[in-house]
Order: sequence, then C-alpha cells, then structure tokens
Amino acid sequence: MAAPSAAARPGRSRRLASFRPKPTLLIGAAIVLVMIAMALFPQLIAPYNPTTFDYNAILQAPSAQHWFGTDNFGRDVLSRVVYGSRIDMQIALFTTLFPVLFGTLMGALTGYLRGWLDALFGRIVDVVMVFPFLILVIAIVAMLGPGLTNMYLAVSVVNWVYYARLVRGETLVQNQSEYVQAARVMGYSPSRIIFRHIFPNAVTPAIVYWMTDMSLGILLGASLGYLGLGAQPPTAEWGVMVADGKNFMVTAPWISTYPGLVLTLAGVGFSLVGDGLADLLRPKR
Amino acid sequence: MSPVRTTSAGPLLSVRHLETTFHTQRGPLHAVRDVSFDVGAGEVLGIVGESGSGKSVTLRSILRLLRPPTKVTGEVRWGDENLLDVSARRMRQVTGGEISMIFQEPATALNPVLTVGEQILESLREHERLSAAAATDRAAELLDLVGIPSPRERLKAYPHEFSGGMRQRAMIAIALASSPRLLLADEPTTALDVTIQDQILKLLLRLREQLGMSVILVTHDLGVVAQTCDRVTVMYAGRLVETAPVRALFTQPRHAYTLGLRLSLPSSVGRRQPLKPIPGAPPDLRALLPPGCPFAPRCGFVTDACRAEEPKRRRVDEDHTSACIHHDTLPAPSEVAA
Repeated sequence: MAAPSAAARPGRSRRLASFRPKPTLLIGAAIVLVMIAMALFPQLIAPYNPTTFDYNAILQAPSAQHWFGTDNFGRDVLSRVVYGSRIDMQIALFTTLFPVLFGTLMGALTGYLRGWLDALFGRIVDVVMVFPFLILVIAIVAMLGPGLTNMYLAVSVVNWVYYARLVRGETLVQNQSEYVQAARVMGYSPSRIIFRHIFPNAVTPAIVYWMTDMSLGILLGASLGYLGLGAQPPTAEWGVMVADGKNFMVTAPWISTYPGLVLTLAGVGFSLVGDGLADLLRPKR
Repeated sequence: MSPVRTTSAGPLLSVRHLETTFHTQRGPLHAVRDVSFDVGAGEVLGIVGESGSGKSVTLRSILRLLRPPTKVTGEVRWGDENLLDVSARRMRQVTGGEISMIFQEPATALNPVLTVGEQILESLREHERLSAAAATDRAAELLDLVGIPSPRERLKAYPHEFSGGMRQRAMIAIALASSPRLLLADEPTTALDVTIQDQILKLLLRLREQLGMSVILVTHDLGVVAQTCDRVTVMYAGRLVETAPVRALFTQPRHAYTLGLRLSLPSSVGRRQPLKPIPGAPPDLRALLPPGCPFAPRCGFVTDACRAEEPKRRRVDEDHTSACIHHDTLPAPSEVAA
C-alpha cells in the first residue's frame, strides 16, 4: 500500500474517484441509456406515428424511408420499435421493482433472525419455486385477466422469492463473519446490525441479479405479449410486434426480426451492466 | 510482572458451572463442562488449550453469542446480575458498554464496507452522547492510543487498506471505544506474525495499565500466556483442568496435561532438548466420553484410579486448583528435562 499524503485522502468519495469501469460495462451502459432515451423521448427519435395506418406503404422492405420496413398495416416498424421501448422499459422496471425491494428485505430479515419467520417464508419460497415460473405467471394472469397491470402483479407475486433466497443465503454467510459477531458484542440492536452492517455486504448479488432480471422481465413481457396476455394490440410492444409478424415471416421477415433484435440488444445491455456492477460493488477484503 | 490480586470488593466477573451444549446431527456435543473461574479487577487471565478444547466457546457463552438451539447453563455473575438471565436489552448494554471482545481474524472482524472511522464512531456514539466533532476527536485519540500513526487520516481508510496488525489495532480501538471494564480477547494474535504478535500483546498490557481494565486472553500458545497473564487456566475437552498463577503453573504444573504442554514448549535457557509432544489427540466430544479423566488415554502417569471416575477439581495450593489425581507426585518440568 502506498502512503498518499493527507490531502489525497478525501474519504468515502475515493471509491468513486478510483472508478475504473470495464469496457463491457460502458458498452452495456450505452445500450441501456439509448433504450431509456427511446422510452423517454420516442417522439424525438421515431420518424412516424407508431399506430397510424398507411395503406400506401404496406409490407414494404427496409428502405431509406422506412429503415426497418413497414408491417401489414403500413405502420413504420422502426417507429414502433422506438415506442415499444417505452412499454418494455416500463415492464423491465415494474416486474422487478417490488421483487427486488421486498425480496431483499425478507431475505435479510429471515437470514438474520431465523426462527419461525424464516421457517414460514422458507416454505412459501419453496412452494413458489417448485412451479415453473412462466406457467405460474400465466395462471395468475389468466385469473386476473390480461393486461400490463395484472402482468406486473402476477410477476411480482412470483419473482420476489428469487431475491429473498439470494439475499438470505448471503446474509447467512455474512452472519458467520466475525464483524457481525463483533457488532453484536458492541451491543448494537438487531435492526442496526441487519441494515447497516450486513445488508451492504449481502445486497450486491441481488443488485447484479436485478440487472439480469430486467432483461428476463423484458423477455417475459414479450412472451406474455406474444401469448396475448401482456400488452394488447395496437400498443407497440416488442413481444406483441414479434407475434404480429409471425404470419409474414416468409414474405416480410423484418416485421418480427427487428423488434426481436432490439429485444436481444436490450437484454445484452442489462446483462453487461449487471456484470460490470458486480465488479464495482464487490466489497474489497 | 506482579500479579494483580483481587480486591476486597470481590471478583469483577465470576463464572460458575458454565455448561454449553451444541446440537449436532450426531447428537448433543458437550463443548463446555462445569467451567468455573473468577477474573479480578485489572487482572489478565489466560485460558489455554488445544483447538476444540472449548476456549472460544467459553467466551462466546459468557457473552451469549451462541444462538438456540445451543444451550448455555450455569451462572455468569457480573456485578449483581447473572448475565445468562438478563434481558436481551440489558445484555446489549453490558456487552457494548462494560464488556468488549476482540477476535482472532482481523481480516474479517472489521466490516469491509465501512471506513475504520465510521466503525469507531458508531461504537462511541452507541454508548455516549457526543457531538460529531468530539466523537471524531475521540476516535482519532483511540487510534493513536493503539499505536496507529497519523490517526486522523487513517479514520477515513477502509479496512482493506490496513495491514493485518493495523486491523487488529483498529479492532482493539473499536472495542475500547465503549471504555469497557473487561476485554475478552479470542486468540488476538494467532493470525499475526511473531513480531506483530509481540506488539499487540504489549499493547494489551499497556492498555490494561492505562485503562485499568481486566482481560481474558484465550490462546493456544503457552508462550503468549507466560508473557502476558497474571493467572492462567488450562482447558481440556471442555473442562478446566488446572488454574494457577502463571509462575506457579510454569514452575510446577499440578496436572499431567499441563506438564505435557509445558514439556512440548521449547526453552530458551539451558541445553537444547528434544521436544516431547503429547501422544494422541483430544477426545471426540461428540462421542460418549469414557468414565474417568478425559486425558487418561494420552497420559504417561495414568493409573486405574484415573480411569475409574472423572477426578474432581481440588485445591492443591493457595490459589491453585487441579483436576489431577497425581497432582502431588508430578515432577517439575526442570527435573524431567534433566
């Protein structure tokens, strides 16, 4: 360890000062930022209205006027992909927000406190996990009725268990660390030990998983949209668009292909961000 | 060093008949059996024993760090309270404010996501109302007290920027923040190299003098005991087999196990002798212990009486107890070596 001068030690902010992200993180962040920009300002980026029919330009191949071509109603595929980002980023956020908050909280509490609470939630987690994820979500959406809000509800009900299990396991590991024992010896209250001492050490895998989960959420939203249980036509949503184009795969493959490619790109972007964050957030030993 | 005797006010901490039982897949494990000892004000008591003899478990039992289903019974008298009976809230006051503990692994005993300063400040402000500025001053003072140079800048460092010895010093500073009257040290020097070990032990002794606190030092190293402690108690298979002032224990052990430990320790004076290790290994506490002395299978002085019944602890001299039937016929280590 070098011995820097006193002035070169501004404390906490040094963690950010020594910020050296991997190139993959920068690429991922760039992709995600483009997606977010498309979601926030689609009218600035999209050349056409995403839902206006143009019967003079039906099933046109990609060209200078329509970069991604047009669909069977003459709607511009690029514009629909841009507007679709609005729905899909929303899906990425709303299918994961409640799970990441509630799941990490329950994981940390049950992992530290153990006892009856842990036993109860452990069984609930087991019950949810033995069902195939998609089947369970589809069953819940089928009960509630199709639509985005019901889809968010259904996914949230199921998805938190993965965060809970992840953080619980990490909390159990941290619990064995002597710094947790030291905190107990110091007479700190359980809530302080959980939230100030264990949580920052245990939450990193959950944040990383969250990024991957956002891309899973988009895929899930697209799957449910494809099955007609998520976003409803004529809303531009990538999964719905892939579904809309399936009858024209041979004659006009661009209708399904471009939203599919963008969907993949978004998934790769979130995964790269998650991977890069893992390196940055890992506490140094 | 001159042993500091217990004052007329009685011992600071008094442990009686402490029993700790773990529940394992293969049945109960009796890790601590009928352990009783006192610690006087300002005294350094050593607890020595091999790995798995129950030293650390004893400390953790005293501070109630072991969770159910682990069972701890007996009495831990602190002032006029039995710490095994008090409420969790009261226990937090005691452990934070009156008894502190430092751990073996300085690498993991500090929280990696908080700066050293934040961790000292947290301990300070938990038990004292201090302004932010006063607390920072006090934290820097503490780092200075434990011998960390340019303490004010070091407060802002993260644990991973410290060396092993510095981390242990920082750990001690955190433990001292609450001005404890008793410090439990669980093998505080085991993970450190010998020169740093010596520095940390000297630091503990200096702090004992300066702050007038008592120390229970758990170690497997008789050399550490000789250098540091006033009194020492030897632990074997979960029991205390011999308790004595450190000088008496080294010149004339009154338990065959202590004698064995003593003979396996190299001496710096006189002719170099081959070391005599104790044959065998400590008993598996998960199995049912045979009747008789737990050390009997490894003991060179064993007789039928040893195997018949577990020997009781008895007073063999003033302030010297032993659980060895042959306590008065054991040779002095110097005679064996000659």
